[in-house]
Amino acid sequence: MTTTHDVLIVGGGGAGLRAAIAVVEADPRLNVAIVSKVYPMRSHTVSAEGGAAAVIRAEDSIDEHAYDTISGGDWLCDQDAVEAFVNEAPKEMLRLEHWGCPWSREPDGHIAVRPFGGMKRIRTWFAADKTGFHLLHTLFQTSLKYQEIARYDEWFVTKLLVEDGRVRGVVAIELSSGRIETITAKAVILCTGGCGKVFPYTTNAQIKTGDGMALAYRAGGPLKDMEFVQYHPTGLPFTGILITEAARAEGGWLLNKDGYRYLQDYDLGTPQPGPVLRSMELGPRDRLSQAFVKEMEKGRTIDTPYGAVVHLDLRHLGAKLINTKLPMVRELCLDYENIDPIKEMIPVRPVVHYMMGGVSTDIHGATPVEGLYAAGEVACVSINGANRLGSNSLPELLVFGARAGVAAAEFVAGESEGRHSGATALALAQGEDERRRLERDVLGREGGGERIATIRSEMQSAMEQGAGIYRSAEEMAKCADKLRELQERLPSASIDDQSRTFNTELIAALELAHMLDIAETIVHSAQNREESRGAHQRIDFPKRDDERFLAHSLIHRNADGSARVEYPPVTITRWPPGERVYGR
Amino acid sequence: MDRSRELASETGRRIAVQVARYRPDRESEPTFQEYEIPLRKDWAVLDGLNHIKDELDGTLSYRWSCRMGICGSCGMTVNGEPKLACATFLTEYAPGPVRVEPLRNFPVVRDLVVDIGDFMQKLSVVQPWIIREDEEPPDGEYLQTPEELADYKQFSMCINCMLCYSACPIYGLNEHFLGPAAIALAQRYNLDSRDEGAADRMEALSSQTGVWDCTYVGECSVACPKGVDPAGAIQRYKLTAATETIKSFLMPRGRR
Repeated sequence: MTTTHDVLIVGGGGAGLRAAIAVVEADPRLNVAIVSKVYPMRSHTVSAEGGAAAVIRAEDSIDEHAYDTISGGDWLCDQDAVEAFVNEAPKEMLRLEHWGCPWSREPDGHIAVRPFGGMKRIRTWFAADKTGFHLLHTLFQTSLKYQEIARYDEWFVTKLLVEDGRVRGVVAIELSSGRIETITAKAVILCTGGCGKVFPYTTNAQIKTGDGMALAYRAGGPLKDMEFVQYHPTGLPFTGILITEAARAEGGWLLNKDGYRYLQDYDLGTPQPGPVLRSMELGPRDRLSQAFVKEMEKGRTIDTPYGAVVHLDLRHLGAKLINTKLPMVRELCLDYENIDPIKEMIPVRPVVHYMMGGVSTDIHGATPVEGLYAAGEVACVSINGANRLGSNSLPELLVFGARAGVAAAEFVAGESEGRHSGATALALAQGEDERRRLERDVLGREGGGERIATIRSEMQSAMEQGAGIYRSAEEMAKCADKLRELQERLPSASIDDQSRTFNTELIAALELAHMLDIAETIVHSAQNREESRGAHQRIDFPKRDDERFLAHSLIHRNADGSARVEYPPVTITRWPPGERVYGR
Repeated sequence: MDRSRELASETGRRIAVQVARYRPDRESEPTFQEYEIPLRKDWAVLDGLNHIKDELDGTLSYRWSCRMGICGSCGMTVNGEPKLACATFLTEYAPGPVRVEPLRNFPVVRDLVVDIGDFMQKLSVVQPWIIREDEEPPDGEYLQTPEELADYKQFSMCINCMLCYSACPIYGLNEHFLGPAAIALAQRYNLDSRDEGAADRMEALSSQTGVWDCTYVGECSVACPKGVDPAGAIQRYKLTAATETIKSFLMPRGRR
């Protein structure tokens, strides 16, 4: 059975929902659908905490937001994309307000803003410290108003159908029934988010397995800047649960085992009692995570059963501030660490948080594959360059989700009817091939092999060792070898579950295949970038090298499965590369 | 997590977990399967299930995602009570056994996975979006004071985890009842100073299957892991609805 849509959106998180609404508003006659492996309100946007940046105050300016973003990204951002982003972010955030997002307020009723890392002005909107939760539920509930938006809830996409360089639809499995179906579409927008689960310690949810990146990569869409993986400096040690940057923005301190604010030793400024913008604890995430590793090497961190930690101290902020502005921090610490941050220090360590790289798109969300778009964390436009600033990702998914929706709607409207009727014979044949592959290679697999979890866990350990905060040619080569070995082992891993009904073991196997492909692109891109920039730090190439690498890594998959990397230049409009200065 | 397994073996304590199994293509009705797993201080029930899935039995199915109590995926019945598996710790049930079943009052799809399609329908019925008369919103934001925000904030905290429906005896008897979360979310918009849609939501809320079905047992508010207090939302709406009904008798009905 085959169904057809004008625009099919893969992923129902913030970017996907925003894109869907944009499609309907652009042209209500279009037939749009969202296919997502979870119900939309379970999407990982829900876990974002601290806030969303957009210029709103008179003393702030669009140019300053652009400069903070570009310098924060170590000049790897495309500046035309950043300009579009900072220009449109306020309008998008106001739309969220009009749709009912419960933004925190000033006493006079205006939107309240808070400081955030790497930002020179106070411009981060927030809904207490559950900003992503409220943003997602506002978008989801608002999307229900648009009855034109069809949904495939709990369907897992296994393949993009591409014919003659243009997208024709997807193949997907309905979890509840195990039914495998070809869904054709004139345009497809990938909004599947990041891939943090490639690493062992991450703030990312279980579902963040790089699906959209792998789907695009296999279908001929190149990935951009995959070596840039953001470690967030403050995760809880066992679970990787995020303690929001807002905790530092409100005045929290990072202390080593001697109770010393160690960031002052890493060119991040001098300690003041209160928070200072672009200084100390409000430096950018890459620099703070790197400082942690240096402290650990000096033996000044605290040992725990889950490795080294430092302390995040909020005690001096007092119960009132913590309860009103950081309630989720307190709730998470009490529930998961049995620690009350009003009275005790929070143990934290850097954990993988965000993927700067992703499916390469232009500033309209279009990929080089005709009719295929991407937006949100799955995409790399790039506005985040070598290091994303905290509170830029939520406005990014709004701005570029909307842009991709509009662009996809225009694409569908602008093409002649005959050319993209969607369900071509060749696309349907591809769909049938994929169905057979799933039946034979995956569902028909024998038991008795090694466990999926074994391969996953070995991949995660290899990635932490080889592609972590600091990297070297030697460790990366070992990691690449390991990944190749795991790729060979994966096809014979056991899938004991032969049921068609809600077979989560089958999904775990397909997700792991996605993750292994993505892990290889991360390591391959990292091996080839012989410099240190933002989140990509090479101990064998410690300096930034603008001569050779003021360029994006664009990784393509060759027909034989091997990879090749090209280096298109970064777009510079008004901000020539300079030194990143924090705290001085 | 190799390290956590190491730690578990250091302490050596274990706990039995009895998990409800149901595969419609194999079994005609649910059965229990028992697994013995390490009892770790920092393991939630979800970590125990993940241990089973990863190490002992890959065929066990359940939903989970964020592991931080915000995505709402992992609602289950743990020793008879509706809980988020990620926020409920195994040690609370030591020495065991712990009994893990699917949420009650929903059709079971498979093992611990329930069908929440009914709620998804009902959510749309209460129109959980801002309704206003004006054609175009202002250039800037709608002003809303912190006090006005506080009027509805509590009801906006619902994560749709379905624990309240599982706890609600009325929903258990009458599947047509709109239910706690849907009513709380309707009130979330009714009480928002930016919204003018209370009249549009009234039909669904005041109907036979709306608030009047609720007999104020209050189990929903006990079960809610986010302090939403749906029972309070329902009681408050009953008062509103009663007042509106009286008004409709007293006053001539004009154009809204």
